[in-house]
Amino acid sequence: MSQTPPSYLQEGQRLRDWLVTRDHKRIAILYAVAITGFFILGGIAAMLIRLELITPRGDLMSAQLYNKTFTFHGVVMVWFFLIPSIPNTLGNFLLPLMIGARDVAFPRLNLASWYIYMGGGVFTLVCLVAGGVDTGWTFYTPFSTMFSNTHVILVASGVFVVGFSSILTGINFIATIHTMRVRGMTWFRLPLFVWSMYGVSLVMVLATPVLAMTLALIMLERLAGVGIFDPALGGDPLLFQHLFWFYSHPAVYIMILPSMGVVSELITASARRRIFGYRFMVYSILGIAVLGFFVWGHHMFVSGQSMYASMLFSILSFIIAVPSAVKVFNWVATLHKGQIVFDAAMIYALGFVGLFMLGGLTGLFLAATALDVSLTDTYFVVAHFHYIMVGGAVMAYLGGIHFWWPKVTGRMYPEIWARIAAAMMFFGFNLTFFPQFLLGADGMPRRYHEYPDRFQLLNVLSSAGASILAVAYALPLCYLLWSLRHGAPAPDNPWEARGLEWQTRSPPPKHNFVEPPQVDRDSPYAYEDA
Amino acid sequence: MNSATARLAEQFDDVSQQREASTLGMWIFLATEVLFFGVLFAGYAYGHLLHGAAFAEAGRETDLVLGTIETSVLLTSSCLVALAVRAVQLGRQRGAAVLLLCTAALGTAFLVLHGFEYAHEYKEGLVPGLHWTQVGPSAPYKQLFYFLYFSITGFHSLHVSIGVVVLCVMAWRTMHGHFGPSWHTPLELSALYWHLVDLVWIFVFPLLYLLGRHG
Repeated sequence: MSQTPPSYLQEGQRLRDWLVTRDHKRIAILYAVAITGFFILGGIAAMLIRLELITPRGDLMSAQLYNKTFTFHGVVMVWFFLIPSIPNTLGNFLLPLMIGARDVAFPRLNLASWYIYMGGGVFTLVCLVAGGVDTGWTFYTPFSTMFSNTHVILVASGVFVVGFSSILTGINFIATIHTMRVRGMTWFRLPLFVWSMYGVSLVMVLATPVLAMTLALIMLERLAGVGIFDPALGGDPLLFQHLFWFYSHPAVYIMILPSMGVVSELITASARRRIFGYRFMVYSILGIAVLGFFVWGHHMFVSGQSMYASMLFSILSFIIAVPSAVKVFNWVATLHKGQIVFDAAMIYALGFVGLFMLGGLTGLFLAATALDVSLTDTYFVVAHFHYIMVGGAVMAYLGGIHFWWPKVTGRMYPEIWARIAAAMMFFGFNLTFFPQFLLGADGMPRRYHEYPDRFQLLNVLSSAGASILAVAYALPLCYLLWSLRHGAPAPDNPWEARGLEWQTRSPPPKHNFVEPPQVDRDSPYAYEDA
Repeated sequence: MNSATARLAEQFDDVSQQREASTLGMWIFLATEVLFFGVLFAGYAYGHLLHGAAFAEAGRETDLVLGTIETSVLLTSSCLVALAVRAVQLGRQRGAAVLLLCTAALGTAFLVLHGFEYAHEYKEGLVPGLHWTQVGPSAPYKQLFYFLYFSITGFHSLHVSIGVVVLCVMAWRTMHGHFGPSWHTPLELSALYWHLVDLVWIFVFPLLYLLGRHG
């Protein structure tokens, strides 16, 4: 039976086989289960926030509890869902398959990164639930160091620990892409998803240590009662913001670059078209990864940094919109004259392009220093980054989950339900967050549990949208789990896509390919030649 | 029993691919280490820029003699670990193991010397948060200097401690014939790590001990 080795799912069925696995595909699934849990918890916090904001009075929670709730939402969603979402699930699963490798370069390190993630995640969760933190996910000093009497040290140390899982994943991916490509898989034949994993790994590796050290300094400062962010010692709270955003702005690109990679795969497969401007897509991924390190100051226009610094950061922020726009234009150009199928994956991809564009364009409003003065710290900012992170990253993540579901599980999902959920998500999302642009432009500040009566209508609309969104997120969870048992068995290549991952069986055997895959076409997107 | 040939992990095609991947992975890891220290150095640069005189004054109170001895101890150890790698390449495993143990011993000596330094500073009341007795107009800024001093040297000593453990493991493995001329990647990568620890100190020493003493 050397012809048909068992699939990776059939290898060992005990729990122990899963918990000590070094198979990148199984680790991807371990990650997927964990981040789904975190997503649900973060989502519950979001629902509580929207519930509180239905009425202008703070009747559901006290101000303190509200602060803890949005901090919970932010910390969990940013560090335990968004950052690991695509890289550690789809990336882990697909990267070796797409480059024709048997596994990542360091499988043990890969498993270690999951345990670090779980350790830090569970620890942080316990601290957030048992005590809570009221600083917001940004831990701004001097509030976090001198005034807050919540569990800042514990939560910061949890985030510190989780950072190492990002770093290990980044190291692993870079080494894998550099050294494990199958014969014939040259750099410019790599699928754009692999390129986006490369870009995101660079950012993870170069930015995360800075966050870790900055959080360590906050912990030291709280412990010792003295430190570098304390103005009484000649330190500077602003220094914290510089260090924090030096990580956290690139972190935005940790969230969005993988989504861009996913969408490039989805659009080409569902439109049967070669990607338009492949090389420019690659250069813009790298451009975004590099430029992302030079725009952090646009979070600090009103923090008191020098006017000239603000001008420079403003210009650089406009410049980083260029590679992002190149990508949007190229996706649209790819669709031109394509044989577009409006399947679930395509709806997610198109939803991503639209929402990402809106999120990106409103980012330009905030990059303009004069406009930012009035918009900063309002709901406009909240709406802007949710368009990028939820409208962009989560749509792409779910689109990717659907697209590769047959490969991962060997089962097809019910297409009609998937389309309904994707469309609902798009509408629910817009209903939730578009009113927040208007609220912000009208001057409603973020992070308060009360607001003047005149903001109520838009807030009620937003909360209504959030409940539609919640149903839209619950749907895939239900039908995807259903499909695990009852879905039709998936063929090896249900979408007739061109990536190497579709050359192997669904689900793949433990070492991915029975014989090394053939890279004989010019491009991973040779749709029209076939 | 000589198993000094590569144990090829199943995900690799051949030994050279495995070596290439491990080496690249290590270099990227070292880059992240540089960034860890980079934050602390950035903090130091910031403090020095704003409070140069106080930082110079605080820097003069560091222990130059011990600092210099520590520097030479660490540099010597770095040289020994390089010789150990060379010895393995030439097939002299016993010599390599001895060199590695000497390196680890020098690393331990570094830690002990640093412990004396810390004890001395504690007696002088130079430990922010624990025992701080300095007064005067520049005292707050000196406190900032010593906060950075303990953060940087503490974080560095943590690296030295990890390095000592790694070197001992490598010495044990060399003794048991795990490495030979054809395969010694883990040893080489451990040596790289040790060089990084040394390299960081090359920056720490002048910044913390020497900068206040020039002219």
